[in-house]
Amino acid sequence: MIKAILIFNNHGKPRLIRFYEYFAEDVQQQIIRETFHLVSKRDDNVCNFLEGGSLIGGSDYKLIYRHYATLYFVFCVDSSESELGILDLIQVCYITLLYTYHLQVCYITLLYTYPLQVHFILQEVVMGGMVLETNMNEIVGQVELQNRMEKSEGGFSAAPARAVSAVKNINLPEMPRNINIGDINIKVPSLSPF
Amino acid sequence: MALKIVKGSIDRMFDKNLQDLVRGIRNHKEDEAKYISTCIDEIKQELKQDNIAVKANAVCKLTYLQMLGYDVSWAAFNIVEVMSSSKFTYKRIGYLAASQCFHESTDVIMLTTNQIRKDLSSPNQYDTGVALTGLSCFVTPDLARDLANDIMTLMSHTKPYIRKKAVLIMYKVFLKYPESLRPAFPRLKEKLEDPDPGVQSAAVNVICELARRNPKNYLSLAPLFFKLMTSSTNNWVLIKIIKLFGALTPLEPRLGKKLIEPLTNLIHSTSAMSLLYECVNTVIAVLISLSSGMPNHSASIQLCVQKLRILIEDSDQNLKYLGLLAMSKILKTHPKSVQSHKDLILQCLDDKDESIRLRALDLLYGMVSKKNLMEIVKKLMLHVDKAEGTTYRDELLTKIIDICSQSNYQYITNFEWYISILVELTRLEGTRHGHLIASQMLDVAIRVKAIRAFAVAQMATLLDNAHLLTGNTQRNGICEVLYAAAWICGEFSEHLEEPMVTLEAMLRPKVATLPGHIQAVYVQNAAKLFATVLRGHEGVPADSMVAQETSQLLIDRLPLFVQSSNLEVQERASCILQLVKYIQKLQQKDVEVAEEVTALFAGELNPVAPKAQKKVPVPEGLDLDVWINEPPSGSESEDEGRKSKGKAVFAKEESRHTKPRYTEVDEKELAKRREVRKAEQANNPFYIKASPSSQKVYQDGVGVEHIPVVQIDLSVPLKVPGMPMSDQYVKLEEERRERNKADKKKKKDKKKREKGEKGRRRRGDSGPESEEDITPAHMVDIVTEEMPENALPSDDDDKDPNDPHKALNIDLDKPLADSEKKLPVRSHRPDEVLKSPMEDRQVVEVVPEPKKKTGKEKKEKKDRKKSKEKKKKHKQEEEEDLMGAGSEEPVQPEETKEVAAPPPASTPEASDLDFWLSNAPVPSNPQAAAAPASTPRTASGMAAVAPDSEPEEAKDTEPEETKSSTHKKKKQKKEKKKKKHHHNHSDGAGDESVQNGTVEEEEPLPPMSNYALLAENSYIKMMKQDADKVCDIQGNLQDGSQVVVSVIFENKCDSFIKSMEFNVLDSLNSKLQRPDGAGPHDGLIVPFQLPPGISNEARFIFSVQNIVMPQKLKGTLTFIVKTDDSSTHEKLDFKLHFTCTSYLITTPCYSDAYSKLLESGDLKGCSLKLEGVNQPFHHLLARICFHHHFSVVERIDSCASMYSRSIQGHHMCLLVKTADQTVSIDAKCDEPGLLGNVLDEIKLTFSQC
Repeated sequence: MIKAILIFNNHGKPRLIRFYEYFAEDVQQQIIRETFHLVSKRDDNVCNFLEGGSLIGGSDYKLIYRHYATLYFVFCVDSSESELGILDLIQVCYITLLYTYHLQVCYITLLYTYPLQVHFILQEVVMGGMVLETNMNEIVGQVELQNRMEKSEGGFSAAPARAVSAVKNINLPEMPRNINIGDINIKVPSLSPF
Repeated sequence: MALKIVKGSIDRMFDKNLQDLVRGIRNHKEDEAKYISTCIDEIKQELKQDNIAVKANAVCKLTYLQMLGYDVSWAAFNIVEVMSSSKFTYKRIGYLAASQCFHESTDVIMLTTNQIRKDLSSPNQYDTGVALTGLSCFVTPDLARDLANDIMTLMSHTKPYIRKKAVLIMYKVFLKYPESLRPAFPRLKEKLEDPDPGVQSAAVNVICELARRNPKNYLSLAPLFFKLMTSSTNNWVLIKIIKLFGALTPLEPRLGKKLIEPLTNLIHSTSAMSLLYECVNTVIAVLISLSSGMPNHSASIQLCVQKLRILIEDSDQNLKYLGLLAMSKILKTHPKSVQSHKDLILQCLDDKDESIRLRALDLLYGMVSKKNLMEIVKKLMLHVDKAEGTTYRDELLTKIIDICSQSNYQYITNFEWYISILVELTRLEGTRHGHLIASQMLDVAIRVKAIRAFAVAQMATLLDNAHLLTGNTQRNGICEVLYAAAWICGEFSEHLEEPMVTLEAMLRPKVATLPGHIQAVYVQNAAKLFATVLRGHEGVPADSMVAQETSQLLIDRLPLFVQSSNLEVQERASCILQLVKYIQKLQQKDVEVAEEVTALFAGELNPVAPKAQKKVPVPEGLDLDVWINEPPSGSESEDEGRKSKGKAVFAKEESRHTKPRYTEVDEKELAKRREVRKAEQANNPFYIKASPSSQKVYQDGVGVEHIPVVQIDLSVPLKVPGMPMSDQYVKLEEERRERNKADKKKKKDKKKREKGEKGRRRRGDSGPESEEDITPAHMVDIVTEEMPENALPSDDDDKDPNDPHKALNIDLDKPLADSEKKLPVRSHRPDEVLKSPMEDRQVVEVVPEPKKKTGKEKKEKKDRKKSKEKKKKHKQEEEEDLMGAGSEEPVQPEETKEVAAPPPASTPEASDLDFWLSNAPVPSNPQAAAAPASTPRTASGMAAVAPDSEPEEAKDTEPEETKSSTHKKKKQKKEKKKKKHHHNHSDGAGDESVQNGTVEEEEPLPPMSNYALLAENSYIKMMKQDADKVCDIQGNLQDGSQVVVSVIFENKCDSFIKSMEFNVLDSLNSKLQRPDGAGPHDGLIVPFQLPPGISNEARFIFSVQNIVMPQKLKGTLTFIVKTDDSSTHEKLDFKLHFTCTSYLITTPCYSDAYSKLLESGDLKGCSLKLEGVNQPFHHLLARICFHHHFSVVERIDSCASMYSRSIQGHHMCLLVKTADQTVSIDAKCDEPGLLGNVLDEIKLTFSQC
């Protein structure tokens, strides 16, 4: 199970928080601060796992994070999740994010401009603390369909829709469309049938 | 109206949207709070408007503010409004906001039920999807109950997008509404084979999550998962399944065996690191579960270790970290295979990544031995010097101390070296762990007598150089070591060479800057030193001046402490000052005072076990439960009830409280008391304060008297001026070992004798052979950590009582009853009739579990039973976790299952699993597989052809058929073999019975069963099993216990049998439990009817008062045989035989608790010899385990110790030995009568076979 997903910037300002277990608002902020404190003092070339802080989790929980330029993506997961799998999943989230709404350079403003849209992407990846989908094509497809639906309703605000259309006009050679979370698509060898 | 809308949309243009808010906050960095509060005011205004778009916009902004930590629960109702918008755009925002800020106590959630239901059934898949996603975050028990059916329907939705979400959310529903698990489970299982990979993955996800908490219930899915594992290509799914297997293998070692090969293949073939890692992890789990005596899987271990080495050597820090993590798991069971990679792990200590260094440190802890301890610690000391950052250095420090002090200083061969290490550690600046070092110093100095002289010398140096340690006192934790140093110098001052110097050092003015509690120790120990000085110098005329000078010194210096603001220091100082003044007066009169002053501090301080206080036995004649003063009158009857209840709880939970009252106080007990009293007398407040660490240290003790403090002559006492260098000891140690070796060769035979002794003393935990050779320089004086004599591995459920997963411990193998096929709706649940309609054969076969009797009058009973059952399941889980392969429940796995979840209907399934797990060649053709699986009795020569269905399918889709075929077979068999007493209840014979109890041996065990024929006539046959007891832990109103008897009724005639009534003539001792209101002679209605050839099981509960004697109860079964044209009343008499064995419960026991139990001396012995038993030993053990409910505690060659406990808490221990067809059983029990009877029964068992 995933207990929480936190995205914050290099200064610890939250950009997205998603708890799959109830915490009061002030505790949430405390958790963010604590997590930021733990994560921010780590070099970039050290491992991406951290034994959980005191507020969130306990011995069974781990913080798994990635640091992209100005943003930290932190997942708090228990022992039922594969550490490497979650790392790949973070990558998937991130790339989907860039892919759906923006370009690789502008991610700094990304979460400023479309805070809710990031939630919508995340909802297609993780649901209620469990991993829903890992295939990026599928995720992107569903998000785009929903955004299109929103647009057909007149749009809540025009901006995201504009962004979507902008994305469509841009070709992204360096963004492979078929990212299947790293190596997780290996054919299993034939085993003796039982 | 139109105008209003136009106006609204114009307004909107001027409203802030979310982007504006974000930008605004950014532009108001200085007064963010103020800006936001104005924004919130605006939002409140917006929410008051009718326009849904405006509201949605406001909610949108609120969601953002919630992220920043603002409470937005006041807008909950508005969020619900937005959720119910018909536009997807707004609905999505509404649900998002709800998922962010709703929780169980949000009251408006009640209002959402219908809205959510509407959305769930919306034609638009995204409406449904959004609702499911939102619901997954805020589902409450009420919502779960009301919507469970709707969600279940969605699990079969046409769109995979919805299916996968519906499947996933079911987990949340189960958590909140556990009753839904059983009805929904078959469908969930179907989804494991959904064509869409996403749905499949979701189903795997949910089941893994469920199984992780209650693995036992999902064991039967193992074949299905195994199939998935070999067929799936989705690595996510594979990882989940492999993780799941990791959780299942401890429960079923045979599963592990089966897994090893495919997992090994995966390890070899996969290139995905995540998958590889999980495979390795699960293989490790398998190896751990098999470690108890499997033929060595050294190849697998090697493979794992080798792969992990590759991970650790990888440049990717993540892989390195995980590799070390997994390595530590292997370390626990196969330390040797890890130890060979010491180089690699030491290398990781140099890694720049702190997490990795910490992991490596963890590993080191398990890798030390007597041989390499010094070397490893030396390396760590180097790191301590190099380490930057205090956290890591502190971690290193604690690790060094942990490593050295682990299992009672087991690996330390030279304590001088250890003291030097501790002293070196004091040089660390700014460490927080001064107290840790201090407590180690104290502990070693007190417990290792041989080291005291050395320790005192070192401590004196420390005191002399105290200024080095007290740089800035207040923050510096290291000055704590001065506390230890002062105390050691004072207490063992007879070892001091120059007490004067030390005394002077302790009275320096600078001491006054130390923390108060240290000063207090200084003052007190200065007095001790003073006494020593006096003693040393008195009598010799030339020295009397010195003595007087010393007094003067004290008189000069002590006033400084008398002025201390610390009360303790002040009090002690003034006390001692007056004393010294008085002594000085006497000295001037040439009175000899040394003797008397020394007497002030006379007496040796013995180390006291941390739990000694608790151990003080209750004095004879003191009843702790008796009122000291008469209780306030008035509610006497109530008091009585409470008292007896309290008693019952006591007796069950911790027999030690009541024991001392009943047992005679024997010699040993008295000696122990004396010991404790002595220890208490010798106690002084310093000691208790100073030894918090001893808690950790005295791990498992051997009595002091057993370990003579051997003082081995260390030829070269090191004279180290100033601070000692531990390195010198390393060299010295090597030399010493060389010498020892040479010595040993010379006095070989003499050594041998000694070694034998030592071996015995070490209680079997001695290291590998090579380590035996290293004789320690000093023996550690160990104090028994006394445990309550009857302490057992905790019986109490240590799981969190609030754990929501507890409720999900539900047996899923039972076929669904009709009533369960649909999710119950609380308000309209129809009262079910007890009797099932006879036409419906399927229902007849459904187990008449008390659970399903929903009649109101049964409800209470039902609840009680449920909880009992649950408890038992937990217990069993524990058992299985605790015990290795050799000591499970009654040997046969099916039986095990039955105890946990008794319906016989589940047995076909169980035997499927069994078959799958058995080592019989695996047929590739599912049809072939099905045939033997569903015909467990074909072994006895039946040529029956089973319905061709795959085992898994048989389970859920055609349970009736499988079952009825089983029954048919039973009947056919009976025709052949008319009377067979040991009926082999639903398990395979011969080839497939690789029993739980003897997994290590491949030879088949003879089939065993606890079902014995009770009575039989031409119509009906009864078989009973009493393997199955419920110890009423709750201690109902009486102190009594309950025994559950399962009876199988089998219809042998061609007519229908109905209205069965089961009655037993109660004896004084045993009573059949009847429903409330029934008279003592009323029979119990058997809650089912039997069509021809069908059998079914019913369970009856008896309450038993006295369990010492076996007993027989007479009973009658009356029933009506109904043929087409007539019906006749029939009756059948039977005798229920309660053996003493049936009062025993298989209870696991740790070997150390076991030996404590034996040592306690409460048990009376008895023994038994059996001649001419020519069975393999493991069969013998399995038989005792199975028939007599014992568990194997330890087995060594042809000798085994076994343990069991009666339902009333009597302990029973067996020591079984075999040689030349003779089996001797030495037994001990605190109830000799019971013991004698059980032994007789064991004898009977073996004489029968």
